[in-house]
Amino acid sequence: MEWVNAVIQGILLGGLYALFAAGLSLIFGVMRLVNIAHGDLIVLAAYIALTIATTLGLNPFLALLIVIPVMAGLGYGLQRMVLNQTLGDDILPPLLVTFGLSIIIQNGLLVLYTADPQKLSAGPIEVASLTIAPNLTLGVLPILMFAVAVAVIAGLQWVFYRSALGRAFRAVSDNQDVAQLMGLNKAHIFGLAMALSLAVVGIAGVFLGIRTSFDPTIGSGRLIFGFEAVIIGGLGNLWGTLAGGVILGVAQAIGAQINPGWQVLAGHIVFLVVLAIRPRGLFPRIEQ
Amino acid sequence: MIRASEISIVQSSRAAWIAGLVGLLLLLALLAAPYWAGRADMRLLSEIYLYLALACLWNILAGYAGLVSVGQHAYVGLGGYMLFALAMFGGINPLVAIPLAGLIGGVASMLVAVLIFRLSGAYFAIGTWVVAETFRLSFAQVSALGGGSGTSLPAGIVTAIGDGRDGREAIIYWGSLGIAVLVLAAIFLLLRSRQGPALKAIRDNELAARSLGIDIWRSKFIIYVGASTLTAMVGAAIFLQKLRISPDAAFSVNDWTAFVIFIVVIGGIGTLEGPIIGTIVFFLLRETLADLGPSYQLILGLVAIVVMLRAPQGLWGFVRSHYRIELFPLTPRAIDSQSKKDI
Amino acid sequence: MHEPLLSIEGLSASYGDFQALFGIDLTVNEGEVIAIIGANGAGKTTLMRAICGLVKRQATRAEFGGMPIIGLRPDMIAKSGIAMVPEGRQLFRSLSVEENLVIGAQASRKGPWTLEKIYTMFPVLKERRLTPATALSGGQQQMVAIGRALMSNPELLLFDEISLGLAPIIINAIYEQLPALVGGEMSAIIVEQDVARAVSVSDRVYCLQEGRVSLEGASGDVSRDAISKAYFGV
Ligand SMILES: Nc1ncnc2c1ncn2[C@@H]1O[C@H](COP(=O)(O)OP(=O)(O)OP(=O)(O)O)[C@@H](O)[C@H]1O
Ligand SMILES: [Mg+2]
Repeated sequence: MEWVNAVIQGILLGGLYALFAAGLSLIFGVMRLVNIAHGDLIVLAAYIALTIATTLGLNPFLALLIVIPVMAGLGYGLQRMVLNQTLGDDILPPLLVTFGLSIIIQNGLLVLYTADPQKLSAGPIEVASLTIAPNLTLGVLPILMFAVAVAVIAGLQWVFYRSALGRAFRAVSDNQDVAQLMGLNKAHIFGLAMALSLAVVGIAGVFLGIRTSFDPTIGSGRLIFGFEAVIIGGLGNLWGTLAGGVILGVAQAIGAQINPGWQVLAGHIVFLVVLAIRPRGLFPRIEQ
Repeated sequence: MIRASEISIVQSSRAAWIAGLVGLLLLLALLAAPYWAGRADMRLLSEIYLYLALACLWNILAGYAGLVSVGQHAYVGLGGYMLFALAMFGGINPLVAIPLAGLIGGVASMLVAVLIFRLSGAYFAIGTWVVAETFRLSFAQVSALGGGSGTSLPAGIVTAIGDGRDGREAIIYWGSLGIAVLVLAAIFLLLRSRQGPALKAIRDNELAARSLGIDIWRSKFIIYVGASTLTAMVGAAIFLQKLRISPDAAFSVNDWTAFVIFIVVIGGIGTLEGPIIGTIVFFLLRETLADLGPSYQLILGLVAIVVMLRAPQGLWGFVRSHYRIELFPLTPRAIDSQSKKDI
Repeated sequence: MHEPLLSIEGLSASYGDFQALFGIDLTVNEGEVIAIIGANGAGKTTLMRAICGLVKRQATRAEFGGMPIIGLRPDMIAKSGIAMVPEGRQLFRSLSVEENLVIGAQASRKGPWTLEKIYTMFPVLKERRLTPATALSGGQQQMVAIGRALMSNPELLLFDEISLGLAPIIINAIYEQLPALVGGEMSAIIVEQDVARAVSVSDRVYCLQEGRVSLEGASGDVSRDAISKAYFGV
């Protein structure tokens, strides 16, 4: 029963990892950009939620109403003012600029909030649980987290494949030159993609902050989890990303069950094994 | 039209000669540092050499072979840990253990390469980071090496390195200098060899390089393993100087990757001179600003972004495009023998 | 006489250090069909891309409908009424046939062309509207590319080698449709390897050679000799 429990906890945790990953996957799909600052932006969102929650006395879930638009606006501005200048044939500029951004965010947070661990408190929901079977109780929060992850993925999937915005995303991704001939402003479309990506980052950050304590240095770890989920699931496939997150979560839960020190390590090892046997991930959709 | 026979290739310029002479004198002066420099200065100098070596190696990977790794700290840490393991459990003299640690790092990098060469571009970059994290977490599980909190090099091993504290520090100093010279020489020879132009071709256009019959995978593999071997040696030397190791220090992305990338970007990626300039700038900044703590790193990040956006060729690239000089004669300059003008 | 729809003077364009066009002068009057011919690599595609703003270019004067277009981004030029059927079709591969057509209307210009009109002209596209565009045959893909360009209701339509890689019978079919598309409201620039066809469908013809205009004249007036001289530069 202990094991079943661990696996189920892992699956639910996978939802959070899918939230880390979805934004990463989205912008890679649209503009082939890998944002090294992604994890730090998640942490930044958690701090923004913390600031809102403490100054306005809001529940972190309500703070989402502010965090999401703030993050989206930040994403749009960042893309238009900085990242668009780095896009081109050479992969170095975007990589190094987002790496620099990661360092700026991390150290900026250290200056503003110090290295002390913080936590968002969402009230009684944090400890609420449902008893599924005699030996099996599940936290309401992990269930909610997973449901939100599924909803976010479904929403992104809809935007990407059913809306005019998604059509523009796909067109720009396929052929930037011809997309412009259709009257699409590439810089604006990329800005919107980053805005959407960071809106998801906002959600991820709030859930991260409610689930565990956080400090300014944990961003790179979140980037890596998200990245692993994307690669395990297969590039460019949003549902695959959810599956990748779940696989990563289960691997970590099983690792932790064996030895608490092995939690994260087990996730890395599963990632490396997938890379060895299925280099394009389990459900690939686009070429790199 | 200029026919090939009318072009003479001039590989060395006067600037290069002067640079060579100055370099030789500088090297002699630095070799003698234990006789004129204080203990703190020597430590600083060693640190500069080792950072220079790391920067040159990363530059070869990212600037020449197109292998943008953000996980070379994997090999710094591995080299450091291997030095400790060989000295503590194998009874091997730490100075001998440095090249051995390099070899182990090299073998490890072969296995890693087979895996992560499946990722390309930016995904390769993060893949290397995952590998480094895997190393860090694995070493944190090895209780014989102190687990998560790390370990110190036992006093008996330390005293066996040399006579007295001064003698010991002189030897470690020369070791660091030796490694930096070795790395610089290896890179210089590599770029002058037939691999040099092949690497440039790969960096500039992989598809075209492939059609020229260059085995890209093999070229990249050789560079990756070579650079990782030397990086592991540098790592061993770093932790020999520190005499203490822990997973967080050994596999620090900040210390061994972020700063190194900063150095290369500032100096000028894809040039031999860039990392040297970058190292000087980095240490100048560090010695003046490091007291600021996080703000200092924030400034480094900002500077790196501005350079990347406004002067992507770095300081050296800027100097070179304005004055057309070259300290290391690598790019054959084609000179039209009739007009004596650069083409 | 009216102001020309498109008037370009001294247009040059380059890819990095390589200059591909040198001081091109070109005018297109309202309702006119212009043919551009020239050997491979002469700069025909580059000229079209320069008009659309897709390559770095300079000009002493470049106006479309009385409005300067040199500083404009490609999407703004598209919105001002220039559309292109690019060389090699270049459909969006992750968009369905219908999405490829609909995205053509992104420029949101008013005019006679609607999805229904396109489907009436190319009924086969309606049958396959939900398939990925790149799963169609070459000729069908060309229909999508043409339809996509028409959907923006352009005043000037650029065709870059629409016959490339197509069977002669399909090429004939497409060119038979041409008069229905252009003339009247819409002007066109056609790049075509088949010189005889280019001359027969156009009002005026320009020949490019190594990035320069080597011949210009009314299609009825230019002789075969003059063309081959302008073509090969002998
Ligand atoms: N992306 C590019 N980068 C560099 N040079 C280019 C590029 N595209 C075209 N060129 C060069 O510009 C010149 C003109 O090319 P362009 O494609 O305009 O010729 P074209 O007349 O359309 O030829 P074709 O009949 O083969 O289509 C050629 O010398 C070509 O090599
Ligand atoms: Mg062409």
